[in-house]
This record gives sequence, C-alpha cells and structure tokens, in this order.
Amino acid sequence: MKRYAYFLGCITPNRYPGIELATRKVLKEFGIEVLDMKGASCCPAPGVFGSFDLWTWLVVAARNISIAEEIGIDITLTCNGCYATIQEANFLLKGNDKLKRKVNEVLKKTGREYRGTVKVKHIIEVLNQDITLKTIQERLKRPLKGVGVAVHYGCHLLKPSDVRRHGSTERPTILDDFVRTLGAESINYRDKMMCCGAGGGVRAGNLDVALNYTKEKIENMVEAGADCVVTPCAFCHFQFDTGQTELTEKLREKYELPVVFMTQFLGLALGMSPEELGLHKNRTQIQSLVEKLP
Amino acid sequence: MALKSNVIRNVTFNFYNEIIESGARIFPKDQLKRFSLCMQCGKCVGSCPSGRRTAWRIRKIFEETRLGLKEKVFLDENLWNCTTCYTCQERCPRGIHTTDIVRIIRNLAVRDSHMKGNHKRICQILLRYGHAVPVNDEMRKVRKELGLDEVPPTVHRYLGALKEVLTLVEETGFTKMVEGEGK
Repeated sequence: MKRYAYFLGCITPNRYPGIELATRKVLKEFGIEVLDMKGASCCPAPGVFGSFDLWTWLVVAARNISIAEEIGIDITLTCNGCYATIQEANFLLKGNDKLKRKVNEVLKKTGREYRGTVKVKHIIEVLNQDITLKTIQERLKRPLKGVGVAVHYGCHLLKPSDVRRHGSTERPTILDDFVRTLGAESINYRDKMMCCGAGGGVRAGNLDVALNYTKEKIENMVEAGADCVVTPCAFCHFQFDTGQTELTEKLREKYELPVVFMTQFLGLALGMSPEELGLHKNRTQIQSLVEKLP
Repeated sequence: MALKSNVIRNVTFNFYNEIIESGARIFPKDQLKRFSLCMQCGKCVGSCPSGRRTAWRIRKIFEETRLGLKEKVFLDENLWNCTTCYTCQERCPRGIHTTDIVRIIRNLAVRDSHMKGNHKRICQILLRYGHAVPVNDEMRKVRKELGLDEVPPTVHRYLGALKEVLTLVEETGFTKMVEGEGK
C-alpha cells in the first residue's frame, strides 16, 4: 500500500476542512494510506513570508520536511502555496550542500535535521501518477456529465517551471484532463491562466487589489457558462469562495459561482454527497451545482 | 527664476550588489546575476496581471534598482502589489528570475523597516500560533461536524512543536524583525 504524509498547512485544516476531509476520503478509496505530520506548522507561505525573509522561510520549511523524513515517507499536500514552499525548499536544499549545512546548524537548536530523503508531491501528482486517470475512470459511480467546469490551475502548481518541472505553464492540460476523466466538460474562458489575486501578501496587504483579480476571473468563468470552478489549491479556493462573499458585499452584486476543490470534485464523481465532502460548508452557495449533478 | 535641478540625489551605487548578495544566501548566484541582462524590453509588464489594475511596473522598479535608487524603490507602495504569479519570470527573454528578484528586494525593504501594518500583524499571528491562518471556534465546530479531529494534528495540537518554530524564527532574527506596528 502506498503511503503519504499529508502536509496540511493553514487554509486546508483551519478554513476549508472540507478539503482535508475529501482528500482523506478519496485517497482511502484508492487504497492510499495518509499519515499525519504531527506538529507541522505554516509552510511558511512563499509570497508572504518569502517576501519578508527568505532565510526564515527556508529554515521553517526545512523543519516541516524533516517531520516527514522522520516517518520516512513522501509528502503530499492540497495547496499550491504549501507546494511552492515545501517543494522549492526541498529542491534548493537537495541541490546545495552548503545551504543544507547552514540550515541544519539552525535546525540543530531544536534537535532536528533536514536530510533530503523525501519527495514532495502535489495531490494532483498523486491522483495522476500513483492512482492514474485510467483507474479513476474505471471507478466512477457518477460521471459528472453535463457539468461545465472552469478549471483554475493557480500559479504555484506549475511555476517557476525550472523548479516544478511539470512542463508547459502557458497551455497545461493536467487539470483539464482530470475533470474530463470525471465526465465533466472543461470550459475555455478568458485569461484562464491568470492568478486568483491572493498571493504575494496582496490579500493581506491590499484586499481591494486581490478582489479585483478575483472579480475578473469569476466574471470570465461565468461569461463562458461555467457551472463551477475547480481548483487544486486551498488558497485559491479560499480566495474564490470567501472572496465572492466579499465582492457581493462590497459591490452589492451577486457573485455566486460554486467553488470546488479537485478532491471534492472527484468525491462527487465517486458517488459521495456534497455533505460528505464538506461542500455545504463553503461560504458561496453550491446549490446551483448540486442541481446540475447527474 | 531658479533652475530645477535634475540631478538624482540619494544614489546607492551598491544596491544591485546588495540584492545579489542577499539573494545568494538562498538562490544560486549565477542565476541571480542574470539580473544585469535586463534590456528593459517590457515583456514582464505586458504579462503582469497586477499591472493591469495597479501602478506596479516591474520593469520600472528593475531600472530604478539598477540605477541605485534604493529609497525610491522601497518607498513605492506598489512594490507590494505583486502576487508572485511568476508569469513575467516564465516569459523573460533573458531568463531573469524576476519574481525571485522581487522577493529579494522586498526582503531588503523589510530589513530597512518598510513593512505594512497588515503584514506585521500576519507575522505576529504566525509567532503566536505557528499558523498564518490559525483555527478558530467556528472552524473547530465545523471540523467536528465533518467528523475530523476538532484541532488539526499540527502545531495547534503539539505545544512542543510551536516552541520549536519559535526557537527557529528567533534564531533567524525574524522575531525581532517583525516587532512593533509597521506602517
């Protein structure tokens, strides 16, 4: 049985636990064991704390990785921000012994050591490579026929490409292929690859700017006829879901496109109910999507 | 009538090197040095989703940086309107790690006490909980309702783990850096 250490980060467990629930359920369904990373902290956020002090960012990330190294298994996670930090820190430290020594000098104060013995995989890689789309297709109980999806990749899943190494960042297909495998339609929309607006400390530092991105993205999705947006990132999910309630309040105009995390979307196709996947805990309505479900 | 002087004052001739040296603590130096290859083509600004809605102009910041206009760069509030989406970095025809350079410039600005109040607050939350977004009463309830553990198995549940994080950030100088209220 394949096993993964689940790095939770902040948004997943503390704002959208439905994402954690769905991910645990779906992985179990496919026989993948999920282990907790006891005592893990904030990743720390790459564009926020990375913008304040890259050295601190790297040291705290190395500590988080060392928790999985103690268990001796690879890491998976459900947020592009966490992926950016944990994957990039692992990449930088594996490639630079001097840097690793310096980081370990600090980690020593807590009795920890970064060794560079585990891999970091985004949940989309686990679904795609370990489980495979073919197996997923064979297990579908409720193909999501007739559901139009605006996929949102987010920025840090694929970029920077020389660190992530997943290929094209301008015309990726991995998430489109995923929703198509589930029987849904991936709808093309304007500026599909654009950022949600939350990253880089912009949400914390300048909410109006962040929401202006979100507004444009949601409007483009709705204009193209999407029934929902599917994301591989808890932070984008947060920005779209909570962001739409903020937009609705600020602009006095309804923003209500359902927001679904990719493992929640998979759960629906495996026959689970929206409640079993925690979707009813979203802040933006999901009823219009529920009505569309086969 | 007095003539207005166009002479630029407050030039930090070493600013470019400061950025390379600061970044080299983390990133390979040869990569960072590509910064000097910037030809001001503007592909970065043309690709920038922030530039469509704010006055953040990464090309301008880069030129000011290379000219040594440190104070001007640090005082430009738009420096904080980059979401680090990496679109410009992917497209830079000179292979400059533009987004990394932005993060390094921000690091130096923070070290020079240019930090927004909201950003200080999020740091202080991290120092208190070990999470930038900690669990709250509402979310504990939601977690329980969903059948998850009320408190996630993170620093929230293990006090010793939070202590470890605090030891590390104290050691890196972060704790001291984010004291006070910010701007």
